[in-house]
Amino acid sequence: MATIFKRTSVLTDVPFHYCPGCGHGIVHRMVAEVIDELGIREKTAGVAPVGCAVFAYNYFDVDMYEAAHGRAPAVATGYKRVHPENVCFTYQGDGDLASIGTAEIVHAAHRGEKITTIFINNAIYGMTGGQMAPTTLVGQKTTTSPLGRDKNHCGEPIRIAEMLATINGSAFIARTALNNTANLVKTKAAIKKAFEAQLAGKGFSLVEILSPCPTNWGKSPAEAMDWLADNMIPYYPLGIMKEV
Amino acid sequence: MVERNIFAGFGGQGVLLMGQLLAAAGMMEGKNTSWIPSYGPEMRGGTANCSVMLSDQEIDSPLVTRPTSLVVMNRPSLEKFESKVVPGGSIFVNSSMIDIKVSRDDVNAYYVPCNEIAAELGNDKVSNMIMLGAYLGKSKCVEVETVLEALLEKLGQKKAKLIPLNREALLRGAACIK
Amino acid sequence: MALKLMKGCEAIAEAAIQAGCRYFFGYPITPQNDIPEYMSLRLPQVGGCFLQAESELAAINMVYGAAGAGARVMTSSSSPGISLKQEGISTCCAAELPCVIVNMMRGGPGLGNIQASQGDYFQATKGGGHGDYHTIVIAPSSIQETVNMMGKAFDLAEEYRIPVMILADGLIGQMMEPVDMPNNPNPTMHDKPWAATGYKPGGAKQRAIINSLYIETEDLDTLEERLQNRYAVIRGKEVMVETYNTEGAEYILCAYGTVARVCKAAVRLCAEQGVKVGLVRPITLWPFPTKEVHDAIAQDSVKAALTVEVSAGQMYEDVRLAVNGCKEVAFMGKAGSMIPAAEDIAERILKMRRA
Repeated sequence: MATIFKRTSVLTDVPFHYCPGCGHGIVHRMVAEVIDELGIREKTAGVAPVGCAVFAYNYFDVDMYEAAHGRAPAVATGYKRVHPENVCFTYQGDGDLASIGTAEIVHAAHRGEKITTIFINNAIYGMTGGQMAPTTLVGQKTTTSPLGRDKNHCGEPIRIAEMLATINGSAFIARTALNNTANLVKTKAAIKKAFEAQLAGKGFSLVEILSPCPTNWGKSPAEAMDWLADNMIPYYPLGIMKEV
Repeated sequence: MVERNIFAGFGGQGVLLMGQLLAAAGMMEGKNTSWIPSYGPEMRGGTANCSVMLSDQEIDSPLVTRPTSLVVMNRPSLEKFESKVVPGGSIFVNSSMIDIKVSRDDVNAYYVPCNEIAAELGNDKVSNMIMLGAYLGKSKCVEVETVLEALLEKLGQKKAKLIPLNREALLRGAACIK
Repeated sequence: MALKLMKGCEAIAEAAIQAGCRYFFGYPITPQNDIPEYMSLRLPQVGGCFLQAESELAAINMVYGAAGAGARVMTSSSSPGISLKQEGISTCCAAELPCVIVNMMRGGPGLGNIQASQGDYFQATKGGGHGDYHTIVIAPSSIQETVNMMGKAFDLAEEYRIPVMILADGLIGQMMEPVDMPNNPNPTMHDKPWAATGYKPGGAKQRAIINSLYIETEDLDTLEERLQNRYAVIRGKEVMVETYNTEGAEYILCAYGTVARVCKAAVRLCAEQGVKVGLVRPITLWPFPTKEVHDAIAQDSVKAALTVEVSAGQMYEDVRLAVNGCKEVAFMGKAGSMIPAAEDIAERILKMRRA
């Protein structure tokens, strides 16, 4: 019998702890496949965030760090400066990257740090229990915006990919989504390009991935995909923002 | 031999350098030395001072609270530190810039017209070296040539041409001490 | 012996390089800027890397990244900046990462001032960050001693997989003294099989996981047990202390860093008055030389002890714990940056004697 699908060996044989319908598992597999396909697993280190992906070091079968909240790009910088010939990626959510870690991500891009960041934007804090994120949409209800995000009170959601694309040190910046097969294909292609930009020494690379959080959105996995397409994509346009 | 010195003046009068050269020369002659600058915002245009110790013994405290010698290049420094000098100590006053006299009679006061002598030598920047020369003329704790050696190390060979001028400044200063 | 008159900060930086430090991540703050400035020029000359981080937070996390990658790495800062680094110091301790952190203490709290102070003793020795951890804290009192301690600091850090803090005051950073700089082209590096250097499945080296998260209660307990056992070994083996003139002394001074040197001068001044005073100077503030401090002060000849600090009385608590009530321990010092003069310390001792 011919094998038509095989789990990549760059993922450990440990079941994900993620909720049904969560996007993390999909992205983990894509990142692992890209590492496999590029033949870089023996020289790759990943940095996990604080957030739902906090246990990513249990899943990626490469050297891994767990960083304090928001500090993954700084940790990756330390690693990469010691092993410039190796490959380093950070895997961060929107609370980690777009709130407590904005200084670190902006300056990693500003220095043109040769690292790759996988940025999961699900418009909410996951692990801490559904609080408002800087990426939460206006009107979106969360446990700390129970009446919906009010832009007069706490502003409008931040567009990370666009912001980082303005920085000279960034080499590849894209936003993709997980809501349908075509976008999944584009997501994996973008992840690959981001790693290739690092391998070519071009500078900082980041893929922002719009990802569903059915649990904290209070939706079924299928409803969550629709909500993502109807509400997130209009505010967070997809595409490659920068490619040098 | 223990010399506890304070060098003080306006920022830009070269008081920190005076102290450094003395400390370096002391080290070159095998003495224990230390140099502590005042640092921070007061350096910018305000007063600057440094404490320099030279000793045949191990230096316990490098802080100079009761100087054996006070070298002042401007009036506020004299007013600030005069009372701290130990009885029998020395105060070296840059009389070009300070129009008052030392008020104590239990210390030795030396008045050195540093800026005027520097003008005679054609370079106002060496007024600190004239004063350092005066201090050496009295304390005799290190040789003039050792100070010049320390200066050469600081300046680098490219600026070695400045050494004769500085030698003259040190000697003119020393000559002020009778 | 070729002596060179060096500023403390520059001497520390060069000594770190001689000790094999090749990575420095830092952020400007007075009064320690000469360290990063020196490193920015020197590290590239020896094949290392200096990077000015966007913040103290980022700097210590870069240290975490580099230490996890197996490098000899350090950072330096001064009090408010060290406060910012506490998250990363706690994380490095939990992840068992060796690194060296220099704190050139200035006056606090808050922004305080930029003059020498000893107000960070509690922060350095009692934690500073969250959780049950310790860093080794070395408090040198001269530039030469600081230089001599840099290699030791890196060795201790790697032997015990622990951050080591050099706790100095602004004076040590800014002053100049003759220095005999070691020249050590090949410092011994410890093996770091745990470091993230690349992983080949099935190879001899295990996959590196540099981590401070132990979500299962039992797992965190295992880590803590390991850490506390290690701390017990460090307490037993790594105490450094100087006793000066203590035997048969009538009074004992207890001080560290620059203040200890002022106390040495006070010992001399008291001797001139015919009063025998000794000094105990902890060189490691953690582990604290409890036994040595106790033994010096508990002697029959000793009437009382005096702890002198540029703080409101921080090490004072450890001295009293060490003495455990067997003798009176007085305190002299002020918070901020007012360093007591040797004459005043001597006068205080003579006053205690008259009382």
